[in-house]
Amino acid sequence: MRILFVIAWLLLSVPAWAHKPSDSYLSLSIQDDHIEGQWDIALRDLADAIGLDSDGDGQLTWGEVRNKHDEIKAYALSRLALSADTQTCTTQVLEQLIDHHTDGAYSVLKFRSNCDGAIERLHVDYRLLFDIDAQHKGLLRLTQSGHISTAIFSQESPAQEFSVAKRSRWNECIQFIHEGIWHIWLGFDHVLFLLALLLPAVLVRAADRWQAAGTFSSVCWNVVSIVTAFTVAHSLTLSLAALDIIRLPSRLVESTIAASVVLAGLGNLYPMMMTRRWMIAFGFGLIHGFGFAAVLTDLGLPHDSLLLSLVSFNVGVELGQLAIVATFLPLAYLIRHSWSYPRLVLTGGSLAVIAIALVWFTERAFDLQLFPL
Amino acid sequence: MRRFRLMIITLLLLWFMSLNQLSMASAEPYRPTDDAQVLERLSFKASDPVARQLDTLRADLRRNPHNLEAAVKLATRYIEQGRSEGDPRFLGQAQAVLSPWWNDLAPPIPALLLRATIRQNAHEFDQALADLDQVLIAQPSNAQAWLTKASILQVQSRYDEARRACQRLARLAASHVLLGCLSDLAGVTGQSAKSQELLRQVLADSALSGRERIWIATILAETSARTGAIREAEQYFSAAFTVGIKDQYVLGAYADFLLDHGRYRDVVSLVQQETNADGLLLRLAIAEQALNLSTLQRHISELAARFAVSRERGTTVHVREEARFTLTLQQDAHRALPLAQANWNVQREPADARILLESALAAGSRAAAQPVIDWLKANHVEDFRLQQLAKQIQEAAF
Repeated sequence: MRILFVIAWLLLSVPAWAHKPSDSYLSLSIQDDHIEGQWDIALRDLADAIGLDSDGDGQLTWGEVRNKHDEIKAYALSRLALSADTQTCTTQVLEQLIDHHTDGAYSVLKFRSNCDGAIERLHVDYRLLFDIDAQHKGLLRLTQSGHISTAIFSQESPAQEFSVAKRSRWNECIQFIHEGIWHIWLGFDHVLFLLALLLPAVLVRAADRWQAAGTFSSVCWNVVSIVTAFTVAHSLTLSLAALDIIRLPSRLVESTIAASVVLAGLGNLYPMMMTRRWMIAFGFGLIHGFGFAAVLTDLGLPHDSLLLSLVSFNVGVELGQLAIVATFLPLAYLIRHSWSYPRLVLTGGSLAVIAIALVWFTERAFDLQLFPL
Repeated sequence: MRRFRLMIITLLLLWFMSLNQLSMASAEPYRPTDDAQVLERLSFKASDPVARQLDTLRADLRRNPHNLEAAVKLATRYIEQGRSEGDPRFLGQAQAVLSPWWNDLAPPIPALLLRATIRQNAHEFDQALADLDQVLIAQPSNAQAWLTKASILQVQSRYDEARRACQRLARLAASHVLLGCLSDLAGVTGQSAKSQELLRQVLADSALSGRERIWIATILAETSARTGAIREAEQYFSAAFTVGIKDQYVLGAYADFLLDHGRYRDVVSLVQQETNADGLLLRLAIAEQALNLSTLQRHISELAARFAVSRERGTTVHVREEARFTLTLQQDAHRALPLAQANWNVQREPADARILLESALAAGSRAAAQPVIDWLKANHVEDFRLQQLAKQIQEAAF
């Protein structure tokens, strides 16, 4: 017992700043009659629980993990029971991947649970690792029709029940329309891109100089062509991405969006480069669509009403866009004759747009934080 | 026109560069392509003596899961390992081993002692003290319980009670245990000179076990550092390291000592392999900040992510480190101050005092520093840095 004396003393100030304790990350997304899930379990924990280090060299290789996929699957599934309204759901692991969290590599299990009929109450019984690490926790992220809630499983509370809100199609539509509107208003990059393209719409180019456009109808036609091209393009890619037909890395998309804003601004300063603005709107609209899709994926698309939510979200985006155009156009039209419009608004505005977008581009492309939010 | 083309070309170049980076940093789960790719390093190999010893103890317990003796042996070994690696998993594992007795109202004495140790570790000081009192009611001569109790009372700055608990060890344990207990206390209550003298003699005793030697040497090193005896401090730290048992606490204390003396390169070489431990990564990042190293940003975002996860899981044992991170690396005194204050309400060691004084000074709040200034005066704390900070705050024109 003598040794223990000192250990107890010494332990006092120690593990407060130790490694991260053992956690697993469980995400469940409720889709009417089934659940889509992802479960990230630390390789170190799996090594403690079922032994992964086959050659005993203190290192876990992908080969060692891959050889144990069946054991990992069996172990994990025996520690998680999902049931809907007393009916047990049957869970199938779809694939096993690897991810890295702040404290090391995790085994990622993608799974699907079938629950027979609509889920009204979800009961989750989580028993991973508690028998060998009493301080282990399971961090749950539960997604249901766009709402995300979180919960923590611990040895003291291993079983928890979640009520699944009755879904109404109409409410869902409204919610996605709402999200669409907010997204275009809060996503300054889209607004700036559109405005940069619209700034010269109330002017015409004659003899290398800007002049006020004549009739409202010609201005309108110009604006409609740009907005329509942008809308058609982003709706197209938004759908393709949301339906998972095309996937692009988000950093590529986000930095290209920033680049598109820079180009739109430059086009105003060097107008001969961009005679057909609707084509620019269309081309870059394709990329902006991928940006919208990322938001939609984050919201968690209900699979059974994918199309409906997709259309609703898009309608929201168009409504938001329309509101912006409706505010901008009459104002610009009214002051188009003023001497300050081409100089101050068009040139100054475009320079400002370019400056902002360049910052975005650098931040996004190189993963830097130039200015605090 | 030419300028415009040039701009387009530059933009495209930038864009391609960013594409290159993209392929390297994917945040999505992936399927590795190479079987030989190393994904994770474990604490030890299967052939390491520690692993073998743990395996034997686990096998003993598996044969008879309700055997108290086997469980206590394994749990003790886990706790000891937790100290070496600074890995809280071992404490959770110790707790799991004790689960047959964990929720009992009156567990057997050895289980109760370990439960107290694990609880104080999770900063559940009051529950830990209750466990220890329960032990002491049944066994008033349990030296282990008195020692643990003294250490918790010291962290809570209940020094008179802590001293009384230490004194109970006089006839119950070896003299160096009593001395160690009292000396650690003396360092923060203005009586370090005499106890240091006695402790120095203890360190010369060759009969000390490795852990005990580390313990005594660390007390001497930290007390010397606080009184400005740099050369002595350096000697005692090196005495602790020569024992040859890895110890996260000593690593952290020595790293702090080096940081205080501007020896940033030494910090980097000391802890750059220890980035798994949050506290050591924090010290590494502070050194990197001073040296302007390129790894700094990555380490800062990693630490920020770890503190975020810790909040998400609902644990608060990281608050001292989070306050230090927020103040020193994020340079946000106004967010660091409430963290340092919350931490001071739970634990009151010199390091806790220091981060609160530094945050209060940076945030320009004399009122926030007052509890520490009172504590310094009331206990005659011997720590020249704390005294300096307190003086600065009192003289500052906020």
